[in-house]
Amino acid sequence: MIDTKLPLSLTDNPILSQWIAFNEPGRVRVGSGKVEIGQGILTALTQIAAEELDLGVEQVNLVSGQTDVSPAEGFTSGSYSIAVGGASIRLVCAEVRALFLDRLAETLKCPVAELSVANGKFLRNGKGTGRDYWSMAVEIDLERRASGTAPVKKPSSYRIVGKHLPRLDLPAKISGKGFVHDMAPNGVLHARVLRQPWRGAHLAALDEAAVRKAAQAPIDILREGEFVAFTSADETAIMRAAEAARTLAKWDGGAPVPDDAGTPDWLKRQSARSRTVETGVQTPAQGNRVVEASFSRPFLTYSSIGTACALAEWKDGHLNVWSHTQGPAVLRDWLARALKLEARQVTVIHTHGAGAYGHNTADDAAFDASFLAMRHPGRTIRVQWSREDEFLGAPISTAMAIDLRAVLDADNKPADWTIEIWSPPHAQRPGMNGNANFSSETALPNPLPMNPLGDVPDERGGGATRNAVAIYDLPRHRLVHHLLPEVPIRTSSLRGLGAWANVYAIEMFIDELAELAGEDPIAYRLSLLSDPRPRRVVETAAKISGWFDKPKLPEGTARGFGFARYKNIAAFAAVVVEAEVAEDIRLKRIWCAADAGLVISPDGARNQVEGGIIMGASFVMREQVKFAGGRVANSTWDDYPILRFSDIPDIDIELIDNPNEPALGLGEASVGPTGAAIGNAVARALGKRIRDLPLTRERIVATLMAD
Amino acid sequence: MSELHFIVNGKSVRVETDGSKPLLSVLRDDLNLRGTHFGCGTEQCGACMVLIDGKPAHSCSREAQTVAGHSITTVEGLSQNGALSPLQQAFLDEQAGQCGYCLSGILISASALLAANPAPTRAEVIAALDPHLCRCGIHNRVIRAVQKAGAAMAGAPR
Ligand code: FES
Ligand code: FES
Repeated sequence: MIDTKLPLSLTDNPILSQWIAFNEPGRVRVGSGKVEIGQGILTALTQIAAEELDLGVEQVNLVSGQTDVSPAEGFTSGSYSIAVGGASIRLVCAEVRALFLDRLAETLKCPVAELSVANGKFLRNGKGTGRDYWSMAVEIDLERRASGTAPVKKPSSYRIVGKHLPRLDLPAKISGKGFVHDMAPNGVLHARVLRQPWRGAHLAALDEAAVRKAAQAPIDILREGEFVAFTSADETAIMRAAEAARTLAKWDGGAPVPDDAGTPDWLKRQSARSRTVETGVQTPAQGNRVVEASFSRPFLTYSSIGTACALAEWKDGHLNVWSHTQGPAVLRDWLARALKLEARQVTVIHTHGAGAYGHNTADDAAFDASFLAMRHPGRTIRVQWSREDEFLGAPISTAMAIDLRAVLDADNKPADWTIEIWSPPHAQRPGMNGNANFSSETALPNPLPMNPLGDVPDERGGGATRNAVAIYDLPRHRLVHHLLPEVPIRTSSLRGLGAWANVYAIEMFIDELAELAGEDPIAYRLSLLSDPRPRRVVETAAKISGWFDKPKLPEGTARGFGFARYKNIAAFAAVVVEAEVAEDIRLKRIWCAADAGLVISPDGARNQVEGGIIMGASFVMREQVKFAGGRVANSTWDDYPILRFSDIPDIDIELIDNPNEPALGLGEASVGPTGAAIGNAVARALGKRIRDLPLTRERIVATLMAD
Repeated sequence: MSELHFIVNGKSVRVETDGSKPLLSVLRDDLNLRGTHFGCGTEQCGACMVLIDGKPAHSCSREAQTVAGHSITTVEGLSQNGALSPLQQAFLDEQAGQCGYCLSGILISASALLAANPAPTRAEVIAALDPHLCRCGIHNRVIRAVQKAGAAMAGAPR
């Protein structure tokens, strides 16, 4: 059954006219606060609207992330877009269709059952009535609250949802068009901001004459507090200025980050707010086999191929901002607060950027541009970050330490299970904890006060605790969460937050327990999974990879397995990886089975699953943000490598057809299981488990050399 | 400031600019060809790839004046009279894109590959595209699209 309880987006935006308008002949404007970040959301939401309203897809004009006309829907994140934003659009469209048909039935004095809709035209017993949405729109009052009770279509009757619809935004992108970076209004003023190297850093000295000389063209330099911006009509001049300033600037004070930040020892030394969540009855260790293992993941960064970019214009008391933010309405509200404006004085217009996989620098760039726009009334300001600044100034996905402990019963099954996590928060987006969280805002004089930090609460999926509770049948579970809220780093959300590291640890640990029990890793997992739905996902991955055929693999090559249900409520993914491990890991082939319930756009879903697999592999194999001299030490893709074409194996994906289950968020589901499967493949190839990430050549060599 | 001359997407153009600027800036800012993208400025990501005399070259860190007089092709030059090239069509057919930011550079390198080798193996496509980074993970779709475009172009009447 499709769940008809009101989704959050609809409780936040309860009026039908906030979602839908028949203001253009033959086309329906459907609003969404969810935005395109490369995941195909515009296409999927268009499919849902066309389906429920019985329109052609070309009749839907989906207006996304434009704060003056689109509903406010928080952030596009955490796989919520389809599950929450899509469910809202489905209910709204079903209700609006029903309102029109009820009205028409009254007019024609006929039962509603005789009426239907095709391409927006109303039919009675299959014949035209001469009426359509547009001719009747004046008779229907959409200034009313959504009830959410209109019946939605049955999945078995879908014509558009679940069928292939090519991405609506791809034709422009294949011609290099459609990005905020490409907007070039007349008279634009380009700007770059000098980024503080660490929190609270004070600019002790900057040789402005040298900066101007480096620019090779006239520039303006604005300095307020620790905030320094370079502006010019010539973008090259400010790029040169900013590059020179980065090396010329002398900083002191503040909270430089120590070089060992992110190591398990460092994490476990930080001041913590701790809590324990327990279920079940304790099994004493005494007389039973106890297994313990410690895992860790490093700091990571977003590494979008495009750097952050925003434009802003302050004119006649109104601020217009073009941004690839993930949360247009939240950005509007917090820009207003930080700039001492009313929210109604600000319009944020979502404009496509490079892929966002979490809280990247989009909002920071929007603040930079907005602040500078208010210093240059009437001019359009364009800010684009340098790659070096992306590494230096982006929010950072936090390092974590994870300890696991199991007390085994006589059958070598975990009778008592503890997971203990040390982690700074995984969310410091604008507005979180009541903080603006714009990087430049804190550099200005009189910044907004900074509230203490929390993590994403468990009921919203958790941050560090996301996927901390293993999906297996565990009679007793104990979660100890040490939130490290005082770490002087702007740690925030990257695809899956804490989930993939927890899945890495749990799935490596389960393999270890299987090995102790002398059982096949998948068979052992199945013995701990009584629910048929996850079993089917695990079994499907085993089947498509021929796992139980036990293929003979060359020396040094092994297969590994990983499984999770993202957030324990979203999509399921099970992954098998075949890898050749010498000093480096070479991925040979990857198989993935996923169950996301009702799939709106099957090809888009596969694209997301595959992207998640590649990113998950990249996270565990290559990536690590390091610190030196108090600041992020990485500044290029040479010292922050990500997977590239020559690393990518063939990938087989099987989407399990489950159209009668609600659509589940899919974007993050494959990330964790892939990393875990790689870890397990490496362990089987080497005969040793590597529990600290990433699985770099140095670490593999060190593991081989140890004992 | 100096006057530079190029053949851009088949057209002869003259531009009055600072010749020490990166070619990418001249294309984007002076010639308003904004399809070629900035990703790093240090020849690491391939977002800025253009063809110089038919060969893929990073435009982000090359001074414009060093290629004055040469023939430059950008993503805007791949389509003919507004119609997508067979290569672009193959990318659409394979839905080879997520955010799409990397695509203009990838399309450029792929077009050079297919011009030299219309039936590349998977390994050959990978070798040609390895200078390009894609964070969204569309690599396999891109490889399939390039191979299919090659096959389609070879089969098409000339
Ligand atoms: S921008 Fe030229 S390679 Fe990245
Ligand atoms: S599609 Fe987003 S970087 Fe390649």
